[in-house]
Amino acid sequence: MEKQLIGRGVLAGAAAGLAAFVFARVFAEPVIGKAIAYESARDVVQARLDRAAGLTVPAAGPDLFSRTVQADVGAGVGLILFGAAMGALVAVAYAICLGRTGAIRPRPLALLVALFGFIGIYAVPFAKYPANPPGIGHADTIGPRGALYLVMVASSCLLLFLAVYVGQRLATRYSTWTASVLTGLAYLGAIAVVMALLPALGDLHNNVVEYGRHATETPLPLRDARGTIVFPGFPADVLAQFRFYSITAQVIVWGVIALAFAPLAERVVAPQDSAARQDRRPLVRT
Amino acid sequence: MSTSSMSAPVAQPLSGPVVAAEVRTVALLLGTAVAALLVYYFIGVDQGAMSVFGKSMYIHEFFHDGRHFLGFPCH
Ligand SMILES: [Zn+2]
Repeated sequence: MEKQLIGRGVLAGAAAGLAAFVFARVFAEPVIGKAIAYESARDVVQARLDRAAGLTVPAAGPDLFSRTVQADVGAGVGLILFGAAMGALVAVAYAICLGRTGAIRPRPLALLVALFGFIGIYAVPFAKYPANPPGIGHADTIGPRGALYLVMVASSCLLLFLAVYVGQRLATRYSTWTASVLTGLAYLGAIAVVMALLPALGDLHNNVVEYGRHATETPLPLRDARGTIVFPGFPADVLAQFRFYSITAQVIVWGVIALAFAPLAERVVAPQDSAARQDRRPLVRT
Repeated sequence: MSTSSMSAPVAQPLSGPVVAAEVRTVALLLGTAVAALLVYYFIGVDQGAMSVFGKSMYIHEFFHDGRHFLGFPCH
């Protein structure tokens, strides 16, 4: 049974990744293009300012893949693999939850597992360290930034697991509703503490040394030696659009996993439920 | 229109664990989770914050757009 569940999870996930890729290719790639155009134009001005200040300008690294390959192949393979991996995780979590999380039926349980995946793996980490388009992010902080993001993902998933575990214990004393609300609030409180303890990206040592105190790494306007702005800061609309599309893509990934995996899993776990639904259909129509 | 018809069988809630905690099952679930996390790592993290295959940038550059788009830190 678990083999079937995993296979169906991977399948639903790959389909979800493909759907997110189609969305990303149509809507997000133009925004990524704008962000890269900003970054390139900024680099040119920055190099001019550096030369004027007598600094040596480092040469840019070679492009290993063309933009077309990155946008059409790399993003596609990446999103499909990501979807398949998340589908596999949903299937594993689902198999463990079956019958261990109260009297919930197989189909709604699949929806909840996918919802919790979205919250734990993406939405909560995003609240602390939101997605950024190319052009935002300093190369010399990628180490701590990557580590902090993973700490955020791990904490939110671990706390979510604990919330479910504690909620199951509480549900024996209180109603399911009360237990859910209590553990939900406890989760929010715990993750808020984690977020408050982790540093803002602008507070990272290299950033403070090089750029002064700012909340984020979003590029500020460039100024010449006299302090006149010679190049604008990162366009706010491009950033807002990119983040909106990033959230939308993840909603597509987890939403399609939920909607595709739930009926597929039900057919494995509770074929009688699935059959009952099939039998009912003509009755309703006539 | 109506809610479920009276004669249709009612979906039964599960009464106990469906996937038992046996060694083979646990190994399969664990192996699947590890494989999924490895995929997650190579799409989102490798050759950024840390690197398995040294300092080349092929994986990073190939998955570049997806990496940004999926919310991973990059650059
Ligand atoms: Zn990047």
